[in-house]
Amino acid sequence: MANDPTHQFQISKIVPIEIGGMDFSFTNASLFMVATVACAAGFLYFATSQRGLIPGRAQSVAEMSYEFIAGMLREGAGNSGMKFFPMVFTLFMFVLTANLLGMFPYFFTVTSQIIVTFALALFVIGTVLVYGFYKHGFHFLNVFVPSGVPGILLPLVVAIEIISFLSRPISLSVRLFANMLAGHITLKVFSGFVASLGALGALGIGGAILPLIMTVALTGLEFLVAFLQAYVFAVLTCMYLNDAVHPGGH
Amino acid sequence: MFVTSAFAQTAPEATETHEAPGAAPAGEVHTETGVPHDDAHATGVFPPFDASTYPSQLLWLVITFGLFYLLMKKVLVPRVGGILEQRHDRIAQDLDEAARLKTEADVAVETYERELAAARSKAHTIGETAREAAKSKAAVDRAAIEAELAQKLSAAETRIGEIKAQAFAQVGAIAEETATAIVDQLIGSKASADDIKTAIAAASSKGA
Repeated sequence: MANDPTHQFQISKIVPIEIGGMDFSFTNASLFMVATVACAAGFLYFATSQRGLIPGRAQSVAEMSYEFIAGMLREGAGNSGMKFFPMVFTLFMFVLTANLLGMFPYFFTVTSQIIVTFALALFVIGTVLVYGFYKHGFHFLNVFVPSGVPGILLPLVVAIEIISFLSRPISLSVRLFANMLAGHITLKVFSGFVASLGALGALGIGGAILPLIMTVALTGLEFLVAFLQAYVFAVLTCMYLNDAVHPGGH
Repeated sequence: MFVTSAFAQTAPEATETHEAPGAAPAGEVHTETGVPHDDAHATGVFPPFDASTYPSQLLWLVITFGLFYLLMKKVLVPRVGGILEQRHDRIAQDLDEAARLKTEADVAVETYERELAAARSKAHTIGETAREAAKSKAAVDRAAIEAELAQKLSAAETRIGEIKAQAFAQVGAIAEETATAIVDQLIGSKASADDIKTAIAAASSKGA
């Protein structure tokens, strides 16, 4: 049981709640969602409590993440896309904090659940659709018609564009989910090797060094992936929002 | 936000169809993940694909993420943005202040140089007038001294003239005396004083 690499994704109820026959229990997943929000919001709040003209370390990090996302959104969706800044910043901080919290041993990784990443991706695509149609009406459908394509190819290109648009929520969610899942499973498998080889005596302990080195290296890699996936999620969100703000402006 | 909550209703149905074949053969479908399966699990389903946990996860995601979004929008973004803007304004203000001080310094340098030039020309004129005054005073003094000297000279000349005249006058008397004595010796008798006087006068006027 302890060596089962999928056990870390197991959801266990903490406070069972059932409404209308549906299970809405407060689980370890819920607990870590709350922890994620508490950590991210708490960090941003208390890091800026000094309101220093010359920022301290924590305030610097908070300002850096703010300007990082602001720059990304301005670059990706232009100045008119800045109205989505709270949304993109929230997504980025949520995913990043959830990923980083998941790096603690015995902590639950919220973003390793496909339903969570899929819901976040649908939130992004839903925002794009709703805002796009609200702002541009049917003109928004220009998103599917790239300019400068010869007439004969147009139906084919439009079909490809529609398919690629529809696959966005899937690729957006599966990318984050699969990265977190695979990384955590790999870490667990290699650290499991260390434990099981170490139990074999002197020779085993010698042999366990290799997976131990691997585990250390993978841990570093996973921290990179944790940040990178949050970054990719935010960048793609900015790109998709650009479609809503400037349809047909490829 | 409401998109996610709308999805919360549809998602369980949508995923249930996916989950249906997986639930019956217990783990058979999920061999594609390549994960060795421990049958001791309660459901036997790979946990992230266990649809029975979806309603709870979605509900709590909506609650926590929604709360986070509201906090972000109402508190955190204005807070951090305000700090950044304040710093930006402060830097711009400081730059303006620096530019203002620089122009002020430039003006001060200009007035300093102008005043220096004015003072220099004023000093020049003062020197010039002082020199002129000294020169004219010297001329006046010299004239006065020269006049005084001329006066003294003329006084001395008149005095010399007086002394000379006096001396000439005395010369007449001495000549009379001498001539009387000479005549007395020559003729042995006394000549009359009037005769001698007229003779001397005639001689001196002839000699002169």
